[in-house]
Amino acid sequence: MWQDFPLFPDSASSVSGRVDAVFFFLIGLSIFFGVLICALIVVFAFKYRGTPLRKRGTPIEGSLPLELAWTIIPLGLTMIIFVWGARIFFAESIPPADATDVYVVAKQWMWKLQHPTGQREINNLHIPVGQAVRLTMTSEDVIHSFYVPAFRVKQDVLPNRYSRMWFRATKTGVYHLFCAEYCGTKHSEMIGHVYVMEPQDYERWLSGAAADEPLEVAGRKLFESQRCDTCHKEPPDARGPSLVGLFGRQVALEGGGETVANEEYIRESILRPFAKVTKGFQPLMPTYEGQLGEEQILQLVAYIKTLKAPAAGAEDRR
Amino acid sequence: MSTATTTAPARAPENYLNTDYSWKSWLLTIDHKRIAILYLISISFFFFVGGFFAVLMRLELLTPAGDLVQAETYNKLFTMHGLILVFFFLIPGIPGVLGNFLVPMMIGARDLAFPKLNLLSWYIFITGGLFTMYAVAAGGVDTGWTFYTPYSSTYANTHVLAVGIGVFITGFSSILTGLNFIVTIHTMRAPGMTWFRLPLFIWAHYATSIIMLLGTPVIAITVLLLALERLFHIGIFDPAIGGDPILFQHLFWFYSHPAVYIMILPAMGVISEVIACFAKKRVFGYSFVAYSSIAIAILGFFVWGHHMFVSGQSPYAALVFSILSFLVAIPSAIKVFNWTATLYQGAIALKTPMLYALGFIGVFTIGGLTGLFLACLGLDVHVHDTYFVVAHFHYVMVGGTVMAYLAGIHFWWPKMFGRMYPEFLARFAAIVVFCGFNLTFFPQFILGYMGMPRRYHAYAEEFQVLNVLSTAGASILGLGYLIPMCYLVWSLKYGEVARKNPFTARGLEWTTSSPPPTMNFEETPVVTEEAYAYHTAYLNEEDYVVR
Repeated sequence: MWQDFPLFPDSASSVSGRVDAVFFFLIGLSIFFGVLICALIVVFAFKYRGTPLRKRGTPIEGSLPLELAWTIIPLGLTMIIFVWGARIFFAESIPPADATDVYVVAKQWMWKLQHPTGQREINNLHIPVGQAVRLTMTSEDVIHSFYVPAFRVKQDVLPNRYSRMWFRATKTGVYHLFCAEYCGTKHSEMIGHVYVMEPQDYERWLSGAAADEPLEVAGRKLFESQRCDTCHKEPPDARGPSLVGLFGRQVALEGGGETVANEEYIRESILRPFAKVTKGFQPLMPTYEGQLGEEQILQLVAYIKTLKAPAAGAEDRR
Repeated sequence: MSTATTTAPARAPENYLNTDYSWKSWLLTIDHKRIAILYLISISFFFFVGGFFAVLMRLELLTPAGDLVQAETYNKLFTMHGLILVFFFLIPGIPGVLGNFLVPMMIGARDLAFPKLNLLSWYIFITGGLFTMYAVAAGGVDTGWTFYTPYSSTYANTHVLAVGIGVFITGFSSILTGLNFIVTIHTMRAPGMTWFRLPLFIWAHYATSIIMLLGTPVIAITVLLLALERLFHIGIFDPAIGGDPILFQHLFWFYSHPAVYIMILPAMGVISEVIACFAKKRVFGYSFVAYSSIAIAILGFFVWGHHMFVSGQSPYAALVFSILSFLVAIPSAIKVFNWTATLYQGAIALKTPMLYALGFIGVFTIGGLTGLFLACLGLDVHVHDTYFVVAHFHYVMVGGTVMAYLAGIHFWWPKMFGRMYPEFLARFAAIVVFCGFNLTFFPQFILGYMGMPRRYHAYAEEFQVLNVLSTAGASILGLGYLIPMCYLVWSLKYGEVARKNPFTARGLEWTTSSPPPTMNFEETPVVTEEAYAYHTAYLNEEDYVVR
């Protein structure tokens, strides 16, 4: 409905309508209070302009009911907006179970994206309409921020950790992708486009696009070439924990406590193996810090994610 | 009223300005009024330097392509624009000039509690300023005024250290000023000047001083840690050497959000004074306005995380910061409602300071309401780091603080220099500033919601029309700032000689001559009435009309 209105962005994701709704509510609220205050100022300023003091009644110096009214009413209104905004925020934070993965590595000044099936893109992202997409993102240098205004979503991308975001595009088209966190000289050139396509067009694009091996295949090769499997195998003679069915599981840790084996945990365990040692194992693993790039680590993560236990229904974790 | 008719006496009575004309008497002065003038000169310099950078930025943004200056230059421009105007104009501005001049006078004291410390504050401020100006002259800095790591600690190749040292040093000036104000307000009030007889300007400066004292050490520590990392590669913020970049953001905003209240609270104090004087009424709900300053100072310390909703902090932390950010809006709303109610049944005179003050209320209302958009989690995810944020804080900082500063300068100018400015020209300039301001920054709200990120040297074509409007507004605004600069300087020599109390205002500062004698008061005033006792004072005066 806003297509022809140049002062408003496209609305093309499952949350964009909700964000716009709270936006319009706040606009309404602002107009109400803004007009109220300005009108009172103008009316008072002209009505009482130049009033001789002696003609003026005894001035009112304060009013508790009024003070309470203009404390409690704004408080109530802000609490409504708070709850409203928080609900949208949590909807934006938790990806649905059917989301497909895209891996993003940011660097000064480009976005490198890779689909699980191996297609690589630079500064562009092709996705099918209606499909939830979950981005797992990291940076090779400074902080960047992945921002698609038409989807109303944004997430900072930090070095040395995974940031996640997700969206479900609802309208085909080409939309801006911006870096929103100032990242140095060519910050304003760290831009690109998100192409939202009909599923069949997307399939055609997938088959036409230059694809590397699927991530998990590259990951498996890396796993073998780095000889991870010398230690990470099935008991009894394993020096490291088996990785089959690892992803999404609770892992008991040496020294007490447990953690969820998510992407972040796997990445950390590759780079800093002693940070969280699985219960019952010696801290023997060498670090791979400086030996594997972020993209290689993502391949390993993608591969380990596929190592599902044969029977147990592996749950999909965010 | 009671003043003798001033028919330009051959020799003006001795005052703080004409006691001694030597350089030494100015540069080694411990008179709070002269120190205020030193601040006035130095922050005016920084204001125009920072403003000049803004002009260049707006010119660059006339066209979508980055064609006027290089990307690197543009990045330096917005960085230095923010740095200079935040640390060397907005933070020291109203407290340094108006606070220094008025805090002792309003409470009936001869000076601040620690006059030498006050002079030291100014020297520290200037030293910090020189470091920063050195960095500007040597090639500038391009990290953004927020210094986000690891860009600032590892990747930036510009003069981060020199500017960091400048910010570090100038922070101590803030701390000392805050300390001085707190001790002065506690210990040096004239007989009868109880806490609830204090002008609201004093309440506002008291609240500001609390933040200066408690918050500023944190930015000093943060900048120090940044310097350690940059110089010695000690891993604090850069994850490549074991640090955490989010930690920097927490530390930075722990100071820099309360710093926003350092900038706006004194402005609110000015507005309370001006509104009361030109409505000839006590400020409506005096105690609510006073306490709301304290509430802002306290709550302001617990909302810093709203700058980090998309940074990767825990969503539950975001939830807490969101609700607290909504709460901090309430005391500001209380002030706006009370100022508006003060006008009711007043005897309104639309003089220059009042025009600025009324403009302030309107503009600050928009600035405050758009703050709610940013406190709202789901909405902030979209508009964070876009021009919406730029518009919002300029509505508060420029529309709010700068307009209040101009209101205050015009209100107390006759007191400070004993001269009047040309009223018609001044009113014209006030209207130019108001229109120019809104034309500059309102389009930026729309740009922000459309998705234009801030700190962009080049931008997508659909954003151009609004950017052109904004640049047009900026040229009007710039003109609006130059006019007062000219006539105020002119008035120093040629302005009509000001009476003791040209606006028939209440308050101790108006009971002494203009300009005041070095000792402020001939004898220690004794206070027997509440602040803004306009009603009792002027009821009997015949046909009191101010137009």
